[in-house]
Amino acid sequence: MKEYVIIGNGVAAVGTVEGIRKIDKQSKITVISEENHPVYCRPLISYYLENKTDLERINYRDKNFYERMKCKVIYGKKAVKIDTAKKQISLCDGSSIPYSSVCVATGSSPFVPPFEGLQTVENKFCFMTLDDTLALQKAITEQSRVLIVGAGLIGLKCAEGLCGRVADITVCDLADRVLSSILDNDCAAIMQKHLENNGIKFLLNDSAKSFQKSTALMQSGKKIEFDILVLAVGVRANTSLLTDIGGEVNRGIIVNEKMETSVSGIYAAGDCTEGEDISIGEKRVLAILPNAYMQGFTAGVNMAGGNQAFDNAIPMNSIGFFGLHAMTAGSYDGEVYEKKTENTLKRLFTKDGKLKGFILIGGNERAGIYTSLIREQTPLDTVNFELLKENATTVAFSCENRRKKFGGVV
Amino acid sequence: MKRVYVNEEWCLGCHLCEYNCAFANSGISDMATALKGKPIYPRIHIEENDSVCYAVSCRHCTDPICVKSCIAGAISTKDGVIKIDKTKCVGCFTCVLVCPYGALSPNENGVMQKCELCLQNSCGEPACVTGCPNRAIVYEERGEEE
Repeated sequence: MKEYVIIGNGVAAVGTVEGIRKIDKQSKITVISEENHPVYCRPLISYYLENKTDLERINYRDKNFYERMKCKVIYGKKAVKIDTAKKQISLCDGSSIPYSSVCVATGSSPFVPPFEGLQTVENKFCFMTLDDTLALQKAITEQSRVLIVGAGLIGLKCAEGLCGRVADITVCDLADRVLSSILDNDCAAIMQKHLENNGIKFLLNDSAKSFQKSTALMQSGKKIEFDILVLAVGVRANTSLLTDIGGEVNRGIIVNEKMETSVSGIYAAGDCTEGEDISIGEKRVLAILPNAYMQGFTAGVNMAGGNQAFDNAIPMNSIGFFGLHAMTAGSYDGEVYEKKTENTLKRLFTKDGKLKGFILIGGNERAGIYTSLIREQTPLDTVNFELLKENATTVAFSCENRRKKFGGVV
Repeated sequence: MKRVYVNEEWCLGCHLCEYNCAFANSGISDMATALKGKPIYPRIHIEENDSVCYAVSCRHCTDPICVKSCIAGAISTKDGVIKIDKTKCVGCFTCVLVCPYGALSPNENGVMQKCELCLQNSCGEPACVTGCPNRAIVYEERGEEE
């Protein structure tokens, strides 16, 4: 019998549990959960503010999940050290747990820059966890003026979630555009305008320099009065467990396609890792939910003695605000094909005869067909790309290819 | 497991499957009341150009990327059938972003839907299959690995 330990209790951890149980139905699994909640859908915290989900439905798995998977969960404790010689994990309370293999699925933490005067701000929040969300919800009133520092995915989803529940929302960012990690200038401009039409105010190319109670002094010299401050500048992968024992770590814990770290017997999965992004052919942190699950599942299968590789990861995001959806995938490198209508914008990026990435604003029917071309690295001379430029359609595939896709069990 | 398959060479491109699907999933007993004069939201759709046409619906993949990617934990597999819990879906479109077949789409309320083989609705077996006038759409077993 093996003893599996999973550090973390998010989606990557669930993937790991389900991967292990695909192979090994019996051995002990212990999950160490810093948060005092069963696994929930982290990306849904903004939907919670919007009342589009609740504390029941936000759970990622049904309430019998851990029992069914024969998992023991230790809530409210943090793993502080992996002792590879003794093969045990030390927890913050001094206790320790033996392991035969371990998966580090510690996720990421908000990065809070050392703003001058930040300690004088009474109502300040991050927006990463369910507890952050519950605290923020408690603090807001219909009169609240909210300042969100960071116009990335987290900051803007927070803005959407709060919209209509507070008096005023201003989002600032040092970048010159919203969602700068996934949208180019033109696409970001469309999204920004849409957000502005829904009442969100922006201060771009500008960020907070210092705080004095409920006043933010901006780098531009402007002063913003606020009641609630949300810090969504960015996140950092939680890598210290590996760093401390000399494991290979860059911005995330380095993993191979089997989710093995550089340290024998230690696997890692999810937002804390850096794995191969095949759309650029380099390792990078891909902090997206599908990746977390698939990495976790891969780690789990391999921990249990199976043989699984996850070798087609790409960045991909589907994110909507007030009914306008942006879908993005891969890298924005190479030749651009663009199709624009009044309400939609499509950009396809091709290089070396392959589709490398895309951005779709609005109009996203069957977009997964594009995504699959990137993930499968399909040579574009084997499909009718002229047809695909117009619409994502499997009609563009050869008859033989289609028969393979649709004719059997996939 | 039985799945829905389409023989391209027999498909007439008549789109009846789309209507039968929308009707079967409408919960209304009269087809005219269910569909007449309304936009329909079928879970099967015809793909076509000048030389080919065929219907596409969920493949019920054995390794489903939609299930793994759903940010709401709303898509699951039970006895091989992939289902969406409509009460959990938040309409983020991630499943649309990842499905290689283009088999998921929103319903009239922006909640995602897909073919669930009519096992839960009044039809009881795939309505697209029973209503296909040229028997291009079939419901059959075609070799499972496991």
